[in-house]
Amino acid sequence: MTKLLTTRDETMPQSSSLRWASDVSSPKHTFRRFVFRWRPFLRLCVTATHALRRNVLRSLLTTLGIVIGIMSVIAIMEIGQGASATLGESIQSMGSNLIIVMPGAASAGGIEMGAGTMPTLTPDDVNAILTECPSVLAAAPSVQARMQVVHGSKNWVPATMLGTTPSYLAIRGWNSLDEGENFTEQDVRNANKVCVVGLTIVKELFDGQSPIGKSVRINNVPIRVIGVLGRKGANVMGMDQDDVLLTPWTTMKNRVSASTLGSVNQSVLTSSANGVNSFGDAYPRSFIELYTTPTATQMMNTPRPQRLTNVDQIFASAVSMERIETAVDEIQQALSRSHNIRDGQVDDFNLRNMTELTKMFGSTTTLMTNLLLAIAMIALLVGGVGIMNIMLVSVTERTREIGLRMAVGAKGRDILAQFLVEAVLLCLFGAAIGIVLGRGISIAVSKLAGWPVAASPYAILASVGVSLIIGIGFGFYPAWRASKLDPIDALRYE
Amino acid sequence: MQSHNIIELNNVVKTYQRGDVAIPVLKGVSMEVAHGEMVALMGASGSGKSTLLNILGCIDRLSAGTYWLDAVDVTRFSKDELASLRNSKLGFCFQNFHLQPRMSALDNAMLPLDYREPILSRKEMVDRASELLELVGLADRMDHQPSQLSGGQQQRVAIARALINRPRLLLADEPTGALDSKTSHEILELFEQLHQDVGLTMILVTHDAEVASHAKRTIHVRDGLIAGSSS
Ligand SMILES: Nc1ncnc2c1ncn2[C@@H]1O[C@H](COP(=O)(O)OP(=O)(O)OP(=O)(O)O)[C@@H](O)[C@H]1O
Ligand SMILES: [Mg+2]
Repeated sequence: MTKLLTTRDETMPQSSSLRWASDVSSPKHTFRRFVFRWRPFLRLCVTATHALRRNVLRSLLTTLGIVIGIMSVIAIMEIGQGASATLGESIQSMGSNLIIVMPGAASAGGIEMGAGTMPTLTPDDVNAILTECPSVLAAAPSVQARMQVVHGSKNWVPATMLGTTPSYLAIRGWNSLDEGENFTEQDVRNANKVCVVGLTIVKELFDGQSPIGKSVRINNVPIRVIGVLGRKGANVMGMDQDDVLLTPWTTMKNRVSASTLGSVNQSVLTSSANGVNSFGDAYPRSFIELYTTPTATQMMNTPRPQRLTNVDQIFASAVSMERIETAVDEIQQALSRSHNIRDGQVDDFNLRNMTELTKMFGSTTTLMTNLLLAIAMIALLVGGVGIMNIMLVSVTERTREIGLRMAVGAKGRDILAQFLVEAVLLCLFGAAIGIVLGRGISIAVSKLAGWPVAASPYAILASVGVSLIIGIGFGFYPAWRASKLDPIDALRYE
Repeated sequence: MQSHNIIELNNVVKTYQRGDVAIPVLKGVSMEVAHGEMVALMGASGSGKSTLLNILGCIDRLSAGTYWLDAVDVTRFSKDELASLRNSKLGFCFQNFHLQPRMSALDNAMLPLDYREPILSRKEMVDRASELLELVGLADRMDHQPSQLSGGQQQRVAIARALINRPRLLLADEPTGALDSKTSHEILELFEQLHQDVGLTMILVTHDAEVASHAKRTIHVRDGLIAGSSS
């Protein structure tokens, strides 16, 4: 020992054995203090980690509540986001940015027939929409029918049977044809007897064989199949979207429906005139009047030449999702003008779009997700209480340590920081495990149950934030209690 | 060289309160210690030596009287001011060491440096602590936890910890109580060395007249009062 001291004596300029009281504040120290401001914090983290590692099992059990809470949050968010993403896609599959124009409500004998009961739309309206509405990308008329389609010995009634124009496919988001091709404007002008069919029809009538070039008979009219539509699957309501047959609207109107009476959705006016509630009208089959017959009042108000043709609906698509509202307004104005609707008068048409549907389904999933999140939050709160409980125990257990730290110079705020950092690290540690487990669950769910999930960096950020807040919130009281201890009492604590 | 005393204790009273009963432990202690002095504190068990030393070390607060440490009245200090005073100027060796059970000797010795200003780097801290542990003869025991050390070795870790911040005043409560005569002699030699080279002021509580003989002056405490002092 003496040797040690003498060695030092040789190296030191003074006779002192140790460099004593050499650390007076110098500019160098001030600089160092500025540079290493993070150092005490880092040291706090190291100390806290040591303290937590001393009892790994207890630390794990303490943070279990946080683990479970965060795990649920992550899993719920990811599965929820997956669900709404799928929902979005499925609504998109019904036609992105779709706007449907329905004819107005017929009114006969004081009885309102409801939207779509009066044929007021014409192919001219389609042209008006296309020329006057800049926010509309495409528009197509449609004539609906529900009839038996026959091929060989098989027959089938498609869920959707429409006469329309070629742009219908684009409007409904049917971007690809499996086989063959779409009919053309030429086919529409000439009312050619051609059609494109969905996969369900191929399955039912052609046993899955290629139907291109073969003919089906509708109402005894032979119609050649020239295209097969790509698969679309069921829509949000569960309706099979592949059970479809499309022809030029002129063909449907003039050749298929007109060839016999009583085969197409008729104009309601005729039947309503003689007995609105008759049972046969539930599934109307008679097509008696080809011409539109407006009500007497309407005739008086807006005298105009009678139209030779009308269409059941007009499908239009807006240029983009954001411009749907604008497109709706533009169509409203264009049709009001072409139908001579004056201000204050009721429109003889109705506009529908998918935004409400999207909102409705969206809000349902959001509601479910929020409910589950609320439950997860309760789990997190319970976890926080667990942390607080164990931190209080820990403070009591380590009273003598606190006393000693204070005796060698720890201020109240040093002790506060130490226990607060411990609680926060515990929470963050729990959050890390929770995030991993939550991801695991959502991946397992997507693998096993086939549910769609979407990774959510937002959820991960949020859970880190929440656990930080919980750590501070629930760790504060125990840490504050520790910081208020008196050194001598704490040292003497048994 | 300094004209004033490092310690001026005037009529200090310390009374413990246990429920309704007041237990007077120090009943009016007055004493002075000059800079660089080495003082032994002797007295029977229960006479109040540890209590007095705690007050001198600013760990405990006094009930009445005044305490001037290095020409400042510490009775007016706030908790935080006392904490940094303990950290920077005082070194304290507890009667029962108070080492942290799951920390190595090195970490135990470094503990006061966590609360030091300005902040040292980890390397500087380790350098200082190992220098001191070498000095107390524990160079080969630095990574041992207290439970793996003998009583005397623990005592020496506690001494290293008390010295780590290069204090002005070292207060040691029976620093050789757990040591055999050879080791205790080495420790006392170290104390004397520090006393001579650095001019460290020291107050040692002891029961051992042999230890007290190393000190220039011995203060006798009896029943909460200074019974007298001899040099
Ligand atoms: N927290 C306390 N509450 C009540 N009485 C106390 C407390 N601390 C100490 N005492 C009493 O004060 C008296 C002095 O105690 P102190 O520890 O100062 O004695 P000591 O001189 O250091 O004895 P020893 O030589 O055995 O260490 C004792 O009678 C003890 O019972
Ligand atoms: Mg004692």
